[in-house]
Amino acid sequence: MKAIIKIGLKPGVLDPQGRAIARGLNDLGYNDVKDARQGKIIELDLVGEDKVEAEKQVKSMCEKLLANTVIENFSIQIED
Amino acid sequence: MRTAVIVFPASNCDRDAAFALEKITGIAPEMVWHRETSLPKNIDFVVLPGGFSYGDYLRSGAIAARSPIVKDIVEKAGKGLAVAGFCNGFQILTEAGLLPGALMRNKGLKYVCRPQKLRITNKTSRFTKQYGAREEVIFPIAHHDGNYFADDTTLNMLEKEGRVVFKYTGNPNGSARDIAGICNREGNVFGMMPHPERAVDALHGGTDGIDLFKSILGTL
Repeated sequence: MKAIIKIGLKPGVLDPQGRAIARGLNDLGYNDVKDARQGKIIELDLVGEDKVEAEKQVKSMCEKLLANTVIENFSIQIED
Repeated sequence: MRTAVIVFPASNCDRDAAFALEKITGIAPEMVWHRETSLPKNIDFVVLPGGFSYGDYLRSGAIAARSPIVKDIVEKAGKGLAVAGFCNGFQILTEAGLLPGALMRNKGLKYVCRPQKLRITNKTSRFTKQYGAREEVIFPIAHHDGNYFADDTTLNMLEKEGRVVFKYTGNPNGSARDIAGICNREGNVFGMMPHPERAVDALHGGTDGIDLFKSILGTL
């Protein structure tokens, strides 16, 4: 089983790296890009079959370590 | 007076902190490795030093904040142990939940390294009382993730309770309300991005940091 966790800055939290990415794209002529937000993806290999239990565990991992909930949001996807 | 400096993999200001503590107390601090599960006995003051603990992986200070020794520090800080974190140490204190908010990538995206003027915004704190009527100090700064963030409710609370201890003059990193250093409600835990431990010798970075150490050590 795999857990795919996406972590990004909360809306309203300034993302200077995202802004630099947008500016870089604008410099390449992609003028349709108004803004960019960046984050990270963490993939976990998990032992076990129970997807509901896995999601519960991964949520706890996010809250305890993987995300800083002062500034970040996370989403979890469990796959076979 | 017994002091301790915590050493994480890739701490790089641990010896600066030790130098400062020894210079001011006359006794070398205990250097405590992060895998230890408890502090040595009778420690009065702990410094979490600057550096790049765990290579800043995941987030600056995130992994260090979950190390065994920090668990013990959190518990003892709750009982009144005096703790200071400088630079990476400040990041660790926020990640460990001992101080509110978070340190994010600098607004200008650049690593900043220079002498920085700071305003003392709480002159009666346990970490500043020795400065007397003095308004400003200069401490070195050297960081990439020093942009202090907290929601407005938290920022208002910090200001109202006098917990913003230092503010930048000329904000170098985009920190909310120019905040450079804060303390907890009880006043025994303090964190700042600048480096007072690198400002204790006239030949290196000035001596403005000495009174910060004298302040906290004088209250113990």
